[in-house]
Amino acid sequence: MMLPSVDALAAQVPDGALVALPPDNSLPSVALAKALIRKGARGLRLLGVPVSGFATDILIGAGCVAEVETSAVSLGEAGFAPRFTAALKAGSIRLRDATCPAIHSMLQASEKGIPFMPLRGIIGSDILANRPDWKVIPNPFATEGEDPIVLLPAKQPDFAVFHAAMADSEGNVWLGRRRECATIAHASKAALVTVERVVEGNFLEDEKLASGAISATYVTATAIAERGARPAALLDEYGFDQAYVSDYARAAKTEEGFRAWLDREVYGAAQKVAAE
Amino acid sequence: MSIALEERLAATLARLIMDPSAPPARHIAVGAASPIPAAACWLVKLMGHPVRLSLLHKRSGNPFTEGTRELFDLTGQGRIDLFFLGGGQIDGQANLNLVGTGDWPGKAVRFPGSFGSAFMYFMTPRTILFREEHSPRVLVEKVDNISAPGVSPPGVFRRGTAQALVTGKCVFRFHPDRARFSLESLHPGETVETVREATGFDFDVPASVPTTPDPTEAELALLRGAVKAEMVETYPEFCTRVWGRDAAAA
Repeated sequence: MMLPSVDALAAQVPDGALVALPPDNSLPSVALAKALIRKGARGLRLLGVPVSGFATDILIGAGCVAEVETSAVSLGEAGFAPRFTAALKAGSIRLRDATCPAIHSMLQASEKGIPFMPLRGIIGSDILANRPDWKVIPNPFATEGEDPIVLLPAKQPDFAVFHAAMADSEGNVWLGRRRECATIAHASKAALVTVERVVEGNFLEDEKLASGAISATYVTATAIAERGARPAALLDEYGFDQAYVSDYARAAKTEEGFRAWLDREVYGAAQKVAAE
Repeated sequence: MSIALEERLAATLARLIMDPSAPPARHIAVGAASPIPAAACWLVKLMGHPVRLSLLHKRSGNPFTEGTRELFDLTGQGRIDLFFLGGGQIDGQANLNLVGTGDWPGKAVRFPGSFGSAFMYFMTPRTILFREEHSPRVLVEKVDNISAPGVSPPGVFRRGTAQALVTGKCVFRFHPDRARFSLESLHPGETVETVREATGFDFDVPASVPTTPDPTEAELALLRGAVKAEMVETYPEFCTRVWGRDAAAA
């Protein structure tokens, strides 16, 4: 389903939804995050796949988020994520720490429709001690000893949200080798995808494009958002805007600075578009 | 041009990578925001050693076609031989804290989070720990929270542990059998006493501790030439800081 705007896409997401987001190196839809802020989303539960970045920080700062499950929250070279850090200190968000492959594995369990996935490592980490939903069992196939191994429950997000280079006439989207977005889409009940452009044809009929496509089977709705990943990079189309993120990191150190940034970059931009 | 600390650290890491007593390093993965370990890996490769480098977050040429889980799948199989880890806190048993200080999950100071450490530390045959800041707040007796444990009880599947810890002051060797570090070498200008003062954990000191060797002329020439050329796309700010303004334009 092609929707007329990114704001129409954001309108699909009810308050309290579990929303899976890729981080800054992996095609986040920052355009959709900004639209969720404009819509006044509340109580969202965010899943960082497998970590969280810029989009998560602005959603937290804008008061849209109740809970974050992730393996890290960072602005990369620009340092710690300021609104995440402030919200954690204030106790206004719940945080469930994980480790990267555990998040991938929980989504893969959903992809396969099985209740859990085992994963090596983790035993002895305080992550496990703080995850009552993760269990340790003896490996039932071990030939000697107990061989304890961690079991992770399947995780099915309500929405996968990410940005892709393009959609086709059939509703398939293409994002090249960033297949973690395919995993999120496969595992989630619905996928909302912003794209730079819509092209004629069918990616699945083109051998060169098919392997970088996500079938419309998994894609619930798309909308065009030019530069929709910005300030994150989009494949070989545009690069990471370090200056924009560094400017944000400085501004968002204080609640006041963050509010001014929101007015300028989220609400101000919308007014400008509406006036055009 | 005098030897920059970053150059010394890169050459030191390169020697640890090629340590003949350690398991072979055929495929090394380097995480995000790790310019000095990345420089060390390029140095090893450009010296002619046959090593496959998978540099995460490289702007072009992402090595994985199955998404970010592919790194962990490869590592799970034992096909990544060496990884680098750091930590907001590292303790004397090589436990790593990337979560934060104070009560879980970092009530005093929150760090970004554990990333893949709770898996990678177990599943690679060896890990080189790297943290440039060598201070009592980083190198602590006991970490406040364990992202990834330094050693595991018998019976818990684990391929390897830390090989060494490299800081801005020295190189420590890790001994998993007794879960302790020993002082391996001191960077120029440091003494056992200065390192002891800056270290929150107890460590073993052999009768004589050598100075960390300078990078060779050949290593310096590579670092300032071919290594820099490989690094500049991913780490422009680092290249400018270490090798000057011309580096970023190269």
